[in-house]
Amino acid sequence: MAVHAGTRRRGLGIRSRLHRLDAGVSPYLYVAPFFVLFGVFGLFPLGYTAWISLTDRTLLGPATHFVGLDNYVQLIHDSYFWNAVENTLAIWVIATVPQLVIALGLAHLLNTQLRARTLFRMCVILPQVTSLVAVALIFTQLFSRDYGLIKYVLGGVGIGPVDWEAGRLSSWIALSTMVTWRWAGYNALIYLAAMQGIPDELYEAAAIDGAKGWRQFTHITIPMLRPTIIFTVIVSTIGGLQLFTEPYLFEPLKQATGGSARQYQTVVMYLYEKAFAGTQFKFGYAATIGWALFLLIAVVSAINFLIVRRIRSVDA
Amino acid sequence: MASVAYSARSSARRRVSRRLGSAGPLTYAVLVVVSLASLFPLYWSFVVASHDNSAVSAYPPVLTPGSELWHNLTRLFDSGEVNVNFWTALINSTIVAGVVTFTVVLFAALAGYAFAKLHFRGRGALLVAVIATMLVPVQLGVIPLYIEMIHFGWVNHLQAVIAPSLVSAFGVFLMRQYIAGSVPDELIDAARVDGCYTLGVFWHVVLPAVRPVAAVLGLLTFMMTWNDFFWPLVVLSPQNPTVQVAVSTLSSGYVEDYALVLTGTFVSILPLLAVFLVLGRHIIGGIMKGAVKG
Repeated sequence: MAVHAGTRRRGLGIRSRLHRLDAGVSPYLYVAPFFVLFGVFGLFPLGYTAWISLTDRTLLGPATHFVGLDNYVQLIHDSYFWNAVENTLAIWVIATVPQLVIALGLAHLLNTQLRARTLFRMCVILPQVTSLVAVALIFTQLFSRDYGLIKYVLGGVGIGPVDWEAGRLSSWIALSTMVTWRWAGYNALIYLAAMQGIPDELYEAAAIDGAKGWRQFTHITIPMLRPTIIFTVIVSTIGGLQLFTEPYLFEPLKQATGGSARQYQTVVMYLYEKAFAGTQFKFGYAATIGWALFLLIAVVSAINFLIVRRIRSVDA
Repeated sequence: MASVAYSARSSARRRVSRRLGSAGPLTYAVLVVVSLASLFPLYWSFVVASHDNSAVSAYPPVLTPGSELWHNLTRLFDSGEVNVNFWTALINSTIVAGVVTFTVVLFAALAGYAFAKLHFRGRGALLVAVIATMLVPVQLGVIPLYIEMIHFGWVNHLQAVIAPSLVSAFGVFLMRQYIAGSVPDELIDAARVDGCYTLGVFWHVVLPAVRPVAAVLGLLTFMMTWNDFFWPLVVLSPQNPTVQVAVSTLSSGYVEDYALVLTGTFVSILPLLAVFLVLGRHIIGGIMKGAVKG
């Protein structure tokens, strides 16, 4: 149609030529800000990381030398790194599995004819509005060993007192609770949106076949949500494996070591420790950790994708 | 045609209401518990912020607000007493989130317009490139980004936080989908015939039409930028912080002073809570819409 408009105006000389120039060049100008800014502050740094990881660069060091794969070799033999990988994966699993299960159930409950629908939805999404820093600090207080409310509640049923921060598993559980609290509602709304898009005919047919409630949920809702579940699993993988704020603020001294015995140091915390905390400023080594994490995210995402893709065949 | 569309829509609605079971008492009970669990930590931060520290260690715990909120607030904002300047932090965060929100929405609308309505070579490939960038965890480039900032001389300055967030792939994609679906080609052609250049079409036709989705994108962007922590922590100093960095600094300086730390925390979430109370339903709509299309 734009072509028709152009032909109609042919012969108007300079004005029409300006219009044609405008139509040819301006689209590129409109998309340029995105690509230029993403290139400078997103893509270039990521590529540059690869180069820096091959050097012994430090913040204050006099000169940077090419050291080949030395950083990578060192990383493979670095027990602190593997400890951080283990912590990150464990916290991610303990946080993600209950989070997505709660989200599915919650979405199922929200997908009914409900009074005060908007109020419930707002309550459920409220944690997502709360900053990570606020979540971490509030829960750190709730989990505190001596005066925490959780100590009081658990004490009431005869458990504890637990020094949440000091133990390995206990600190993982505390941190996973924070992650789950902040993200379960968000994922519930995403599942809810997808549930509303499932055609009614499927449920009607199932009802005729005598399938009700739970069977409809496992045989129709879950398989139909598969793409959405894949989406949420991937998002929580990318986010969860970069966990930093909660464990960083969970520490009394904020030195990014993840507790006195590194019991909950995550990979990004280790990167931060090497590059910015303390006095090391080992940029080359930190960049290597960054690439290793990138690889880890890619591998775990791929594994997740392959697992979640099987949902339908398992259920059918 | 309009009536056909209308009847189709109303019959769809009738069918939905037939399918959705009405919620039983158990559903309400669970949802009320979940809602309380969502609200409680925020309420708790307010409770602690309104007491002095002796209440934090009281046994059994005090669960109702006290009368020390004002006292804690004056401590928080007295930069002679605490280790951060909280006013500076609030102003900084407002500037950062404001600028980023404005440019993200503007650039997303411009690019979305080009991808949805203008014809140019490489359009499809470039759109795929935009979507692909969403899968790249750019945070992993922090080290080189920090080195870049040293070269620019931006370390400890707000532009170091602002610049990397000026555009959003999600925003471009959202705008592209919205403009493609809701701005009729006829309207654009009419404006062209009237002699508008593409920028004129953008200004007079597209921009007014995208207002609803621009509001949603703006809200989500403002929230995310206000809450951002890792990169500001790396590149800013406690002397010139954003709110999140300030609260973190506060918490490391006053480990045992929970009243002060949670007062800072409460103040840091208050602006977003206010926005959320007024515009919450749009935020919900935005998240659900983004989910369906993303």
